[in-house]
Amino acid sequence: MIELVLAATAPSESAVHIDWLSVFRFAGSLISLAAGLFFVLAGTIGVIRLPDFYTRLHAAGMTDTLGAELILLALMFQSGFSQMTLKLVLVAIFLLITSPTATHAVAHAAHEAGLKPLLGPYKAPEVDEGT
Amino acid sequence: METALGYMFLAGAFALIVSMALMLARLIGGPTLYDRLLAVNSFGTKTVLFLCVFCFIIDRPDGVDIALLYALMNFIATIAVLKFFNYRALDVNLNRVSVKGEDA
Repeated sequence: MIELVLAATAPSESAVHIDWLSVFRFAGSLISLAAGLFFVLAGTIGVIRLPDFYTRLHAAGMTDTLGAELILLALMFQSGFSQMTLKLVLVAIFLLITSPTATHAVAHAAHEAGLKPLLGPYKAPEVDEGT
Repeated sequence: METALGYMFLAGAFALIVSMALMLARLIGGPTLYDRLLAVNSFGTKTVLFLCVFCFIIDRPDGVDIALLYALMNFIATIAVLKFFNYRALDVNLNRVSVKGEDA
């Protein structure tokens, strides 16, 4: 992959001239996109596999916020100082505000409606009064 | 550079589509109402991301406006649906101070 980048960014003359800015932008974009997709897919697998509503909310709400910001950052690395970056910054700021708000609203509504969390075999530890 | 970048963002768009499909499974088979609502909210966030990546792939910055609009609509729709299932009506004031006789 990096040979591809170097071969594409170096001009065709025999003098080796590497456009390091493009290389760094490509690397930053690749790392951000990979991390963002990792978080988004992990959140999705958590929503599919976790046993309870509140644990599913934990998986979806936290990973979606970070994954969305990282994927938008990967796009911002590539679009440079342009009109698209301004719009992407707007989308990122809006998602950063509204995604935890919506998660909190859903959790609050479920708690108000009386949805009980699944406790399973794990109980809160008993308070030992004797000792 | 261009082809590597194009394949990278194509893979990202494909992964987002897979994630949206799995979220649809939770939307259809969610046991409670709030599971479905959570799936809709997360699906909307992933739709915004997919629109941004897709508009970058086809190189048209206009589409990010649609993504921004969809992000706004997704948040308002989630809050409105929550309010409807909480109060069974939409014309309810959501102010915190509701002393009897005080509200105008």
